[in-house]
Amino acid sequence: MVINYLEVGIFALVAVAFVAITLAIGSLLRPKNPYANKLAPYECGEIPVGDGQVRFHIRYYIFALVFLVFDVEIIFLYPWAVVLEQLGLFGLVEMLIFLGLLVVGLVYAWRKKVLRWV
Amino acid sequence: MEAWWLLLVKSVGLVLLLFLIFAYLMLFERKFLGFFQLRHGPNRTGPWGLLQPFADAVKLVFKEDIIPASADRLIYRLAPMISLFVALAAYVVIPVAPSSGSFRWGIADPNAGLLLLLAILSLGVYGIALGGWASQGKYTLLGALRSTAQAISYELAMAMSLVGVLILAGSVRLDDIVAAQARVPFIVLQPVGALIFLICIVAETNRAPFDLPEGETELVGGYHTEYSGLRFAMYYMAEYINMIVMASLLTHLYLGGWHGPLLPPVVWFALKVAAVLFLFIWLRATLPRFRYDRLMSFGWKVLLPLAALNLLVTAAVVVLA
Repeated sequence: MVINYLEVGIFALVAVAFVAITLAIGSLLRPKNPYANKLAPYECGEIPVGDGQVRFHIRYYIFALVFLVFDVEIIFLYPWAVVLEQLGLFGLVEMLIFLGLLVVGLVYAWRKKVLRWV
Repeated sequence: MEAWWLLLVKSVGLVLLLFLIFAYLMLFERKFLGFFQLRHGPNRTGPWGLLQPFADAVKLVFKEDIIPASADRLIYRLAPMISLFVALAAYVVIPVAPSSGSFRWGIADPNAGLLLLLAILSLGVYGIALGGWASQGKYTLLGALRSTAQAISYELAMAMSLVGVLILAGSVRLDDIVAAQARVPFIVLQPVGALIFLICIVAETNRAPFDLPEGETELVGGYHTEYSGLRFAMYYMAEYINMIVMASLLTHLYLGGWHGPLLPPVVWFALKVAAVLFLFIWLRATLPRFRYDRLMSFGWKVLLPLAALNLLVTAAVVVLA
């Protein structure tokens, strides 16, 4: 219940504190000597060409979209899996239909060559 | 709920323990990689190189923290902290031994334990994506994109392969899942699921042979190319602590958790986690790196359908038998 998540909160605070303390100790001990050449983005020792925001391929975006759909659908499987034994055959058939839709979606993406990484 | 001071002591203890295991995991990885390649590995600092982690820590603390002039300063500083925090926080629901009386050998015990764990784990991608983007370098941006695409692709198959375990255990509490394996560990009943899960956790932690995000020969260091000193160390800590989390999860879900004959439960748990971690190192020493297009099509066209099939067969057997 809620009280259980309080424990999660306490642990999260401890974890944040550790991360912060480590960085604080580091900032007291480390040297600081920045100059223009050192602060340039790394490009194998060459002078950087253009800015760092290069264009990237649309397929990353498409994969993210497909992922989003499937991820939400998989979350629906979790509560179903826990009570499957009580639901019995009804639960199985219902999930077969749901999974069937999911598989159709995957096959569609596959056939449309969305999953191809050229 | 336990007394707050006890929780605090346990939390600090667990974080310190994770740091310690991380330090020595790194040493053992270098040692074993050395042995695999007929080298000695680190052997100068202390007997058998045992002080190497401390030497590394001291070196990294005294390194300058370089922030590229074009970087987004706030996000650049925040990203490694997110990564490390998420890795540490993931251990909150994992118990290391059965509760004795009211004392729990772990921090929290929410009834949706595994769901919470998966939710925390999927936040890990933010640390990498934001760090790579905020550095404003070409290598870092590409590394972050690749890493994100890989992490989300394998997360699907991972989440789906777990459902088979949930059907058998009938619970998402880790204690219940371990208790359900008192006689037979789930790897016997779910061999395909266990294999898919193993492949996915190697990919999720960006380890060889799926270490494309930091493939040295093409992307320099990937998303952490621009990082130095402590913030660089934080990404490394996050990667190794993630390995520990995933190995513990594999132990609890498939290898029977702390169940085993003769030895006390904590020892069994530690032994199994250590064996899985050794497997990680062994894989790195043995397998060459995947090609990126093969990696993606393997995740989407092999692992995901296989996980769905595994789920269907498990559900059908449980309901009809």
